[in-house]
Amino acid sequence: MAAPLSVEVEFGGGAELLFDGVKKHQVTLPGQEEPWDIRNLLVWIKKNLLKERPELFIQGDSVRPGILVLINDADWELLGELDYQLQDQDSILFISTLHGSRIGAGSTW
Amino acid sequence: MPAPQCATCHKARAALRRPRSGRALCGACFCAAFEAEVLHTVVAGRLLPSGAVVAVGASGGKDSTVLAPRLGISLRLVAVDEGIGGYRDAALAAVRRQAARWELPLTVVAYADLFGGWTMDAVARSTAGSGRSRACCTFCGVLRRRALEEGARLVGATHIVTGHNADDMAETVLMNFLRGDAARLARGGGLGSPGEGGALPRCRPLQLASQKEVVLYAHFRRLDYFSEECVYAPEAFRGHARHLLKLLEAARPSAVLDLVHSAERLALAPAARPPAPGACSRCGALASRALCQACALLDGLNRGRPRLAIGKGRRGLDEAGPPRDGEPERAPAPDAVPAF
Repeated sequence: MAAPLSVEVEFGGGAELLFDGVKKHQVTLPGQEEPWDIRNLLVWIKKNLLKERPELFIQGDSVRPGILVLINDADWELLGELDYQLQDQDSILFISTLHGSRIGAGSTW
Repeated sequence: MPAPQCATCHKARAALRRPRSGRALCGACFCAAFEAEVLHTVVAGRLLPSGAVVAVGASGGKDSTVLAPRLGISLRLVAVDEGIGGYRDAALAAVRRQAARWELPLTVVAYADLFGGWTMDAVARSTAGSGRSRACCTFCGVLRRRALEEGARLVGATHIVTGHNADDMAETVLMNFLRGDAARLARGGGLGSPGEGGALPRCRPLQLASQKEVVLYAHFRRLDYFSEECVYAPEAFRGHARHLLKLLEAARPSAVLDLVHSAERLALAPAARPPAPGACSRCGALASRALCQACALLDGLNRGRPRLAIGKGRRGLDEAGPPRDGEPERAPAPDAVPAF
């Protein structure tokens, strides 16, 4: 049983393009049966924030390879990745590393 | 579970685990380590001697942004305007902000000026149609290198640096394997090209830095960079190599650097060695045929036959010509042109 939570969800490195170009989102997650972990946050984001082309952000129940996740400025690898339990006032930043232009390079973003 | 303590300063909470060593470091210690490693790459490889005037290829993107302030020698930013509407303008705005922030002189060179009006948008219109790919990145890769060279000469540079990171290099290795480009595979190793045929020496100080770490460095140093996709990028073959690389990396994080190291250790079979390069009959640049790649591409565009110098079409320029029906496919002739 999870209480409602207030968190900041941020998108960078180009990922914001999938969210109407909006980088910072103040989000209130409702109280619910299941705990609020990153896994469930992704489901919520897909349903409530993602505006287009979900396959560019989410793959399976995780983020697409090449998207970095920082929780309170720390790599989610150090914090349990999808299993990390969200706390009130947490800040979750999704940075895409996947595109841009380099000499001779193209991209599938 | 709470993040572990930083393995270097033991004071702050760790912000990331470095892919190669597995050490957990805080943001400040990571940035210091990253900078030290890039500096070591430059110094140990004797890539940029003291007194060098260095043209930094600046796209406005994260890699060139990270690069510019860290080398401590005379830097000039050179940005290339390929003439891609709606994309390059925003990227150039980012480069201008960076030039202002770091107080570095900026020179912009435009395809429109250098190549007789052939912007990338014009190239795309010329190669569009008949259901075939527009091959924009093929043109742009060659022309951009030439434009960067010109920009470097304009600012009196002695060296050129670009922000290619380990992921870029690994993708290039995969692409060259997939295309049977033996010569580029063998030449792709090493940290730089000494400069042949009058070309300026080039190097890539971030070549051994993984893309993830470049992004994290930019984040922790609060570097402002531009990250929208080039409008022609979805068509590029590199996208397939990138996708494969990301899958490989998820299974084996060291795969990116391992690929780069593999390419460094390759030796070519005698039959695959490229011919000694000559000079382009038009511009004098390094070339394995009568015309260098840039002149050959522009020639095709100006003659209304844009594919003349691309891929298999290029075989029309070989002495033997393309294989006839009934003849087996030959391996592509190795190109004696710079690998990057």
